Amino acid sequence: MDIAQILAPRSAPVRKRLSRRLTGRSFVQPQEKEAIPVKFAFAGRKVMSSWIVSTADAFHQTITEVYQSDSRRILATLIRLLGDFDVAEEALHDAFRAAVEQWPRDGVPANPRAWLVSTGRFKAIDGLRRRTRFDQLDEAAAAKELGVDDDAAWAERESVEDDRLRLIFTCCHPALPADAQVALTLREVCGLTTEEIAHAFLTPAPTLAQRIVRAKGRIRAARIPYQVPDADELPERLEGVLRVIYLIFNEGYSATSGQVPIRQDLSGEAIRLGRLLVQLLPEPEAFGLLSLMLLHESRRRARLSAAGDVILLDDQDRSLWDRDLIAEGSALAERALRAGPAGPYAIQAAIAAVHAEAAVPAATDWRQIVGLYDALLAIAPSPVVELNRAVAVAMRDGPAAGVALIEGILRRGDLRDYRLAHAAHADLCRRLGRDEDARASYERALALTRQAADRRFIEGRLGELSNSRESTD
Amino acid sequence: MKYLCLVYLAKDKWHAVPDRECASCGSRMQARGVLLAAEPLHPVETAATVRVRNNKVTVVDGPFAETKEHLAGFYLIEARDLNEAIGLASQIPPAREGSIEVRPVRELKP
Repeated sequence: MDIAQILAPRSAPVRKRLSRRLTGRSFVQPQEKEAIPVKFAFAGRKVMSSWIVSTADAFHQTITEVYQSDSRRILATLIRLLGDFDVAEEALHDAFRAAVEQWPRDGVPANPRAWLVSTGRFKAIDGLRRRTRFDQLDEAAAAKELGVDDDAAWAERESVEDDRLRLIFTCCHPALPADAQVALTLREVCGLTTEEIAHAFLTPAPTLAQRIVRAKGRIRAARIPYQVPDADELPERLEGVLRVIYLIFNEGYSATSGQVPIRQDLSGEAIRLGRLLVQLLPEPEAFGLLSLMLLHESRRRARLSAAGDVILLDDQDRSLWDRDLIAEGSALAERALRAGPAGPYAIQAAIAAVHAEAAVPAATDWRQIVGLYDALLAIAPSPVVELNRAVAVAMRDGPAAGVALIEGILRRGDLRDYRLAHAAHADLCRRLGRDEDARASYERALALTRQAADRRFIEGRLGELSNSRESTD
Repeated sequence: MKYLCLVYLAKDKWHAVPDRECASCGSRMQARGVLLAAEPLHPVETAATVRVRNNKVTVVDGPFAETKEHLAGFYLIEARDLNEAIGLASQIPPAREGSIEVRPVRELKP
């Protein structure tokens, strides 16, 4: 990112790129930079302390840094003050343009964030005044229509922190369609451009742009308020937010994303969102989701072969697992479980943590995993969870026990179209030497599989069955 | 801002909520000053649908479309924002038996 982009004619908001790459250590420091007084901000840098000598480059560097660390926060506050997403976005850009013009002249302000919020707000109100002067509306009415917050104490209010939380809950409001919640969150909270989001979700850019425009229209028309839900609504609304974040994460984690870097970045965005949420709202399930995402992410390098084929957990090279992420994820899982009655994300995270602590597959504590699945079934029963539990039971008690459970699920009529159910059944039959049943189930799974990498895997297994059959002739 | 809350119930749930419960909900809302209007409706069999095409008036028995849940009544309420409207709608007794559609009211353009 560079200053030229801020000064460029209004296009999509610039997205921060620094520290977003998924290197091994990038998630060890979750805290965002505070807007600290300028003299300390420059300590230790090659540039002289700002108020003595300043080159244009130094100011551009500062403004870039402030943009990268604070622009989302400033936007969230401006949305609250100005009552409109688009107006706030314009105000944000105007504020940074003003900074580029004025800071080299007047010096970097002691509190850059407050300066930018104040400037953005002023310019928006000023712009509105100028526009409405011709319509002869009085200022009060104009301000009222814009929903402007007139409270002079806003600058000192600690609610600056809550503004990002308000923004997250607004973008994830259940009255908005799910795909709009995802797009709006990525756009407004994460700062991705419409083009980047469209590319990441393999959607045409105009379609996605329309989705966001319509969502903002709904917020305006239905008057979806910019607020953190009350305590009694919080658990359910939080569930909605977590669902959106996990959706974004999974989009970046699927096998198809291996070839497209921007899609992998989606997982990084989701994790950043998860960290922000935990920071602003330290609820157990928020910890649970962050933990689950970190633990999944720790295995990224081991999941796909060079050819882009899926490598099962059992066959992964565990030396490629990111131990820092595992340590952090496991600690968070524990924290989530201790914090109160266990929620589904916390339990899933615990299951992932148990897998992660096994140095080799044979060392996996399947007894603990089955126990965790029992707990998960108690609070969030579903056939898929039952299936996963059956697989764990097979590992603990032997294939026969597991296969009986899976056959029970299928006999009930559940998961008939779920390829993983048939794949799991096939695998257990194979281990029991029930080759014909294995073959039949692999065929059923193959019929339900579209992804090339997954198909190759099943075809491989079918090939092995043929070979073993031939070798016994 | 005004919101219209449309109450929908399936046939088998039509009498699931006693009238007096709906009446007291209405009174409560009125006491709070949030209720602008509310009425229950006769069942969908009593409906007639009117259309005018090419100056010709046609009347058909029944609702405008076949749906699983049918319109049972409405509440026109005054609320600060959608969250408040949702909160009020969730207190309408049929919400636990059917669905309440909440829609913001707009002004006609001159």
